[in-house]
Amino acid sequence: MNHYYGDYGGQYVPEILMPPLQELEEAYEQYKADPEFTSQLNDYLENYAGRSTPLYYAKNMSAKYGIKIYLKREDLVHGGAHKLNNTLGQALLAKFMGKKRLIAETGAGQHGTATAMVGAKLGFETMVYMGSKDVKRQLPNVYRMKLMGTEVVSVDTGSKTMKDAINEALRDWVTNVGDTHYLIGSVVGPHPFPKIVRDFQSVIGREVKEQVMKVEGRYPDSIVACAGGGSNAMGIFYPFLDDEVNLFAVEAGGEKLREDDKIAYHSASLATGKEGILHGARTKVLQNRDGQILESTSVAAGLDYAGVGPELARLSETGRVKPCYITDMEALEAFHELSRLEGIIPALESAHAIAYVRKMADHGILGDTVVINLSGRGDKDLQTIMDMEE
Amino acid sequence: MRISQKFEELKDKNEKALIAYVCAGDPDPDTTPSIVNALVEAGADIIELGLPFSDPVADGPTIQAATCRAIEAGMNTESYFEMIKGLEVNVPLICMTYYNLIYRQGSENFVKKCADAGISGLIIPDLPLHEADELIEICKEEGIDNIFLVAPNTSDQRLDAISSKSSGFIYIVSKLGVTGEGKNISSNVAGLLDKINSDLPKAVGFGISNRKHVEEMVAAGADAVIVGSAFVNIIASKDNVISRLKEITKDLKEGCR
Ligand SMILES: Cc1ncc(COP(=O)(O)O)c(C=O)c1O
Repeated sequence: MNHYYGDYGGQYVPEILMPPLQELEEAYEQYKADPEFTSQLNDYLENYAGRSTPLYYAKNMSAKYGIKIYLKREDLVHGGAHKLNNTLGQALLAKFMGKKRLIAETGAGQHGTATAMVGAKLGFETMVYMGSKDVKRQLPNVYRMKLMGTEVVSVDTGSKTMKDAINEALRDWVTNVGDTHYLIGSVVGPHPFPKIVRDFQSVIGREVKEQVMKVEGRYPDSIVACAGGGSNAMGIFYPFLDDEVNLFAVEAGGEKLREDDKIAYHSASLATGKEGILHGARTKVLQNRDGQILESTSVAAGLDYAGVGPELARLSETGRVKPCYITDMEALEAFHELSRLEGIIPALESAHAIAYVRKMADHGILGDTVVINLSGRGDKDLQTIMDMEE
Repeated sequence: MRISQKFEELKDKNEKALIAYVCAGDPDPDTTPSIVNALVEAGADIIELGLPFSDPVADGPTIQAATCRAIEAGMNTESYFEMIKGLEVNVPLICMTYYNLIYRQGSENFVKKCADAGISGLIIPDLPLHEADELIEICKEEGIDNIFLVAPNTSDQRLDAISSKSSGFIYIVSKLGVTGEGKNISSNVAGLLDKINSDLPKAVGFGISNRKHVEEMVAAGADAVIVGSAFVNIIASKDNVISRLKEITKDLKEGCR
């Protein structure tokens, strides 16, 4: 496998992690086309995750904005987000590799929850690292993980969000390489993770291709997805890379696009980050002049990350994917509007994608048929919303 | 001073090297020179100075905390080189940092600044050999050693490649894990020391924190020991720091004789 996407990607990790990364790469190449592996995975995706998910025509929203808007309903995947597509694939791979223990980082708690589910289902000892700031704002997910037998470790270092949770998970992995699989939750980290996660999430885009052909007889003009690390975006984009479809990756614009020496008041690493090395990959990173990583900011915990997947960084650089951003306020408006118009409460992360379509529907750049990846449901965010409305 | 020169000196005296790590700027940039002086006076042969990075994934809680204190106290890349230029010790100095800080400056620029400041070697725990081609070339030109790490789980093939590309010494990570004081050092280190086929000195680090550890490693065939967290913990205690640093350094150095 090539380790790079243009200049992005690679394996910037401690030497201890080279053997497990190599082992993972070999196992993935061996099993990804293995009939036993694929038939089990497909069975889990159908009967456990509830795939395929609907491509829903959002009639009221379409009427309001004058273009055809479809929602890819990843919020209906078991657990409430697209994250399970990846955790099922990786956990099954870990099972085939003979691993006994799963570790993961989580931001919004959706990936942690999806890891807890597969940990319970497939019989792994499971531990999830979560920034203490995220523990506070996503409590229902913390409780869900515990119910499923997962130990949740609150991480109190650095910005106390996903960046620091990944640091801690990497330290755990370095210490327990033998029996442990690090189930990374997005298309980030050292090779081969960005590729493996993208492949397991590509089921989203493959389904959309078939579904949209059936109802429209053609591909959409645009696909819009939110991007934290970039897994739901890469998952829906990847099967369309060679087609004439505009791809928009919507990042968290947070409070404003401003930075100081320590803090970025947003999480728009594709749009504003500089090339750097974070969590094992060369990619676009929010960092200060010296290269110290900044604390990122977003109302959506799942988008609150200073880096982004290397393949998405490459696709943005070549212009194939258009990076854009939405502020906290715009995302909140979209959150409320979708709830009222369609009776669907979106995750705050996904609300960024909705908000971008609301904002740009008039501008013509989206065309007249748009698919939005509704990456998750909003139940986990109710506390955040209630607190804000007080 | 070149690292190789120091090892030759020690060989003549039939001594092993004590390599002392501290984080530059911990607890504040003004104190670091006096800490370095104390370590050298008490017998440290080589000083490894951490340039603090916000996300030190190879470090345990002790050095993470030191890194935070140093960044909070204002240590940055520029003040790091300034501080090193002002040091008046006659031992090899090694810069330990993470790759992003080098990448952001531009490798060539960073390595030139190292050479300028009198640094003799670089340790970058998140830069494995196969990502380091460019940096190795640049370091060669500037006469800076590239010290690569090997671990208990490193394959024989990688061991050979790393041994042939390293310069200065080979850094043997004693355990699977991150930096931090350990209770026991794995007996497997002896096997690893035996397996490495190189003329370069072999230094063992991670978890080495007392005289007993040092003596075990010397008996197992190490040419040097690297001690970090034990010093950093003393610095963090703020209690009689300089005299306690000297005391433990003397004791550890005794173990190298
Ligand atoms: C619902 C939802 N959408 C999106 C994301 C962002 O992740 P990614 O960019 O990898 O899809 C998260 C992350 O937690 C999430 O929970």
